Amino acid sequence: MTAAAVRPSLGPGAALLYVCLLVGLPVAALADRAATSHFWSSVTAPQARAALELTVEMAVLTAVVNAVAGVLIAWVLVRDRFPGRSIVNALIDLPFALPTIVAGLVLLSLYGPNSPIGVNVAQTRAAVLLALLFVTLPFVVRAVQPVLLALDRESEEAAACLGARPWQTFRLVIWPTIRPATFVGAGLAFARALGEFGSIVLISGNLPFHTQVASVFISGRVESGDVPGAAAVSVVLLAVALVTLAILDLVVRRSRRRD
Amino acid sequence: MTSRLLLRAGALGYLAVLLLVPVGMVGYRTFAHGVGPVLDALSTPAATHALYLSVIVTAIAVPIDVVFGVVAGLALARRRMPLGRVVNLLVNLPFAMSPVVIGLALFALYGRGGWLGDRLIAHGITVLFSVPGLVLATAFVALPFVVREVVPVLDELGTAQEQAAATLGAGPWTTFWRITLPSIRWALTYGVVLSTARALGEFGAVSIVSGDIVGRTQTLPLLVEERFRNFDSTGAYSAGFALAVISLIVVAAMTLLSRRKEHV
Repeated sequence: MTAAAVRPSLGPGAALLYVCLLVGLPVAALADRAATSHFWSSVTAPQARAALELTVEMAVLTAVVNAVAGVLIAWVLVRDRFPGRSIVNALIDLPFALPTIVAGLVLLSLYGPNSPIGVNVAQTRAAVLLALLFVTLPFVVRAVQPVLLALDRESEEAAACLGARPWQTFRLVIWPTIRPATFVGAGLAFARALGEFGSIVLISGNLPFHTQVASVFISGRVESGDVPGAAAVSVVLLAVALVTLAILDLVVRRSRRRD
Repeated sequence: MTSRLLLRAGALGYLAVLLLVPVGMVGYRTFAHGVGPVLDALSTPAATHALYLSVIVTAIAVPIDVVFGVVAGLALARRRMPLGRVVNLLVNLPFAMSPVVIGLALFALYGRGGWLGDRLIAHGITVLFSVPGLVLATAFVALPFVVREVVPVLDELGTAQEQAAATLGAGPWTTFWRITLPSIRWALTYGVVLSTARALGEFGAVSIVSGDIVGRTQTLPLLVEERFRNFDSTGAYSAGFALAVISLIVVAAMTLLSRRKEHV
């Protein structure tokens, strides 16, 4: 067989085998461990339920706050001119590059015990939210920025000429254009926030029913040897994330079709 | 004009409170007692071993993912694979999974009572709590980056140049090395930078599969947590600062590379 004949079949086959072994098999094993008769009792146990509910609540809050802040930051970075803009623009990606445990340490150094400004949020829900806002900061900014860059200013100027106030121009001209990107960015932030662990583990204090999110709960279950219980909550968490991403995929396709 | 300044103040204020001041604060905390204690903390046997282990695990996991990323990228972009959707789903799955869940999935497969775990343990092969487990967790977590960067570029590139090369008598390898690889080089480099950053900094998945044995399976991010929990804040901040410096270099590289990507 010549190389040309080998390549077409070998490449995709090897790729398929690699993802199946690396990703597919462990995920199947996880689902298998979760599928015990105790699945529902594990998921609906008070502590597990509280952790899952807190996780979803915090993720929603994170997505909303960073949607607003992200649109604002993207707008300022695209339309405003000030010294240091390109450095600020580059630093937006820092939360993606920074190891999550370091992100937690970063927040603890300013908002933890011995805070130099006297603000200590450690072991509160505010700390969980702060950590989630930090790690998901880039999503909305980076989703909205290219859309704002591509937006032609003529329709804004036309709106202004016709007497629209800046707020009306934003609401009626700009917002409809950036809405899908904002939604996608916020959705990605939500999905990321659902599973976040490293940045939360130190600052949240891991208090059941108060600051314990699902990922920290799962880690605790593994440590105490309850793999099926951990797997059950993991499967629920994964399902919520997958549904979110499926919805986002639909939104992207729809907005593309409209273009 | 005032509304413009107000917006600017709002955006920069949010960034300062959430990102810039806290990151600066870590630098301050790290060097609060001078450079000496930091160097001491970073040169303890546990710290040097953690750094060494992080580098080794990254150096094994990332190249495997890169080779896979290019092969899978070519397969996904160039031909309608019968199982293309399955591959696509599995490649992107790590983004949807909590790092802890990734660790647990490996735990479920390779641990005691797992499909492979019991058989491997019977043959004296331990995956969990040793380097192979760390490599698997890291390769899992860093899987999507290269594929995601390479596929859009390959889509846009089309196959005209490759076909021209083939017509002129170039074999598949020559075509790949001379045409395909040079065309995707910046996207590929960008993907490698992102995977490396993620691999070096991975915490959740690794913390589940490593067992966190000091001097054996403790990577640098795990060292940060362990030092912090043991009230050794100089140790935690020193290791954290070292990782943060790596991240800043990564961000600088990303900025430069994304400019290059746009110019291709």
